[in-house]
Amino acid sequence: MASVSRLEAEIRAKRFSAVAKAPAVTALKDVHLSVAAGEFVCILGPSGCGKTTLLNIVAGLERDYEGQVTFPDCNEHRPSIGYVFQQPRLLPWRTIEQNLRLVLRPTQDAATILQELLTATGLWDFRHAYPERLSLGMSRRVALARAFAVEPALLLLDEPFVSLDEGTADRLRQLLLKIWEQRPATVLFVTHDSREAAMLADRVIVMTPAPGTIQANIRLDMPRVQRTGPVLAALRQRILDPQMPGLLGQVDSGTPFPLRQ
Amino acid sequence: MTSGLRRQSIAIAALIALWQLAAIFVDTRKLPSPRTVMLALGQAMADGALPYHVGVTLGRVAISFILSMLVGIGIGILLGRRPRLDQLFNGCLGLLLNVPVLVLIVLCYVWLGLTETAAILAVTLNKIPLVAVTVREGARALNPEYLEMAEVFRFGRTKTLRHVILPELAPYIFAAARSGLALIWKIVLVVEAFGRSNGVGFQINTDFHNFDVPDILAYTIAFITIIQLIEFAVMRPIERRVNQWRR
Repeated sequence: MASVSRLEAEIRAKRFSAVAKAPAVTALKDVHLSVAAGEFVCILGPSGCGKTTLLNIVAGLERDYEGQVTFPDCNEHRPSIGYVFQQPRLLPWRTIEQNLRLVLRPTQDAATILQELLTATGLWDFRHAYPERLSLGMSRRVALARAFAVEPALLLLDEPFVSLDEGTADRLRQLLLKIWEQRPATVLFVTHDSREAAMLADRVIVMTPAPGTIQANIRLDMPRVQRTGPVLAALRQRILDPQMPGLLGQVDSGTPFPLRQ
Repeated sequence: MTSGLRRQSIAIAALIALWQLAAIFVDTRKLPSPRTVMLALGQAMADGALPYHVGVTLGRVAISFILSMLVGIGIGILLGRRPRLDQLFNGCLGLLLNVPVLVLIVLCYVWLGLTETAAILAVTLNKIPLVAVTVREGARALNPEYLEMAEVFRFGRTKTLRHVILPELAPYIFAAARSGLALIWKIVLVVEAFGRSNGVGFQINTDFHNFDVPDILAYTIAFITIIQLIEFAVMRPIERRVNQWRR
């Protein structure tokens, strides 16, 4: 099993040059983040604050930026990465099982991994179906299973549960936590939903929009099972208003602050 | 029998009736009756000439088709994905697209002699730009989301080509293949008439010199039938298989 990976990202600036009639924008500015191995970090911010750009830089999809991303414990250039995109991005011309099989490395035990993940996500009976047959909630489960199938040292999730009804989204969040407990990975989870962040994260990084900078960095020590009802509401309040003193979360920093731990 | 097939059969029957009717009024040497043509067809089948020439032509069609599809798809993907290369070669492609079929055939024979290689090359060069242009359209429109997914999950070149790019290009490839088959067999016949001593094109050229219209029509009917059979028995099932994920 691949070991989990520490992550150091030091992004001084990410600019998008002017295209057609859209003006040039600075998407990210002075975003420094340091994520411990096995830590679950939520990146919270309104749309357009460069959250997806940040994930793409970490994933290596976006190479044109000032700064650097390193994985200190990783002996390869880049650890194995599982990415759950905002849209499931399943290959529609391949069955569910083929979609998962395609991401596996030759050294992995395909049969066991497929069986475990397809069972855990409740997709075993649908393994020979094509993605177009599935509901959005099911497609998202496939995308989740695919990301875990590579036994990722680093798991990136980009608003993976948006446009689902709240009940389905909650079940998927629990599923994510359940699989993650059995298959540890360092997690960067992007969301605009403070409730979701409060439910899932070890630490929440709040970002400001345009250009995206880090506004606050909030550690949540409360065990996840206790994060329901009023406790969850209070945690959420803490995330939304980090200046307010409280007992439920420790605030590490205020406005733009390069983070080092 | 499906209603579509029934209508097609009715149309063909009507065409034969019209032909029969016309044959009554026109000089029979210029337009022989369906019966005469069928007799010629039976004769050519019996003496083995037709199977031989049709077989030779089909072989040339198959080789040219496969070659032009492979090269055309390769060029199309490359140009569709690399805008700079595309700008560089766009002119060449346009030029090749607009060279008359006949010029390419004559030049190939002049440069390479009346050889099999020249014949195949002439047909292939005629078809490649058409395949390339069609596939290039598709390659330009490839969904970047799938390519990013393939990159993050480290598909590598071969896997990306096989599981992402080619399936996504399938509709364009089928369009090129469908029009390709129709075009290629027509060009093959011209190439054969010009510089080969066997094949349907050669036979029709001989018939032309002998003014043997029944034989010309017999070969034409035989060949059209076979090409239609290939379309129904080979191309369609493949297309259906590749498209089974669409619902």
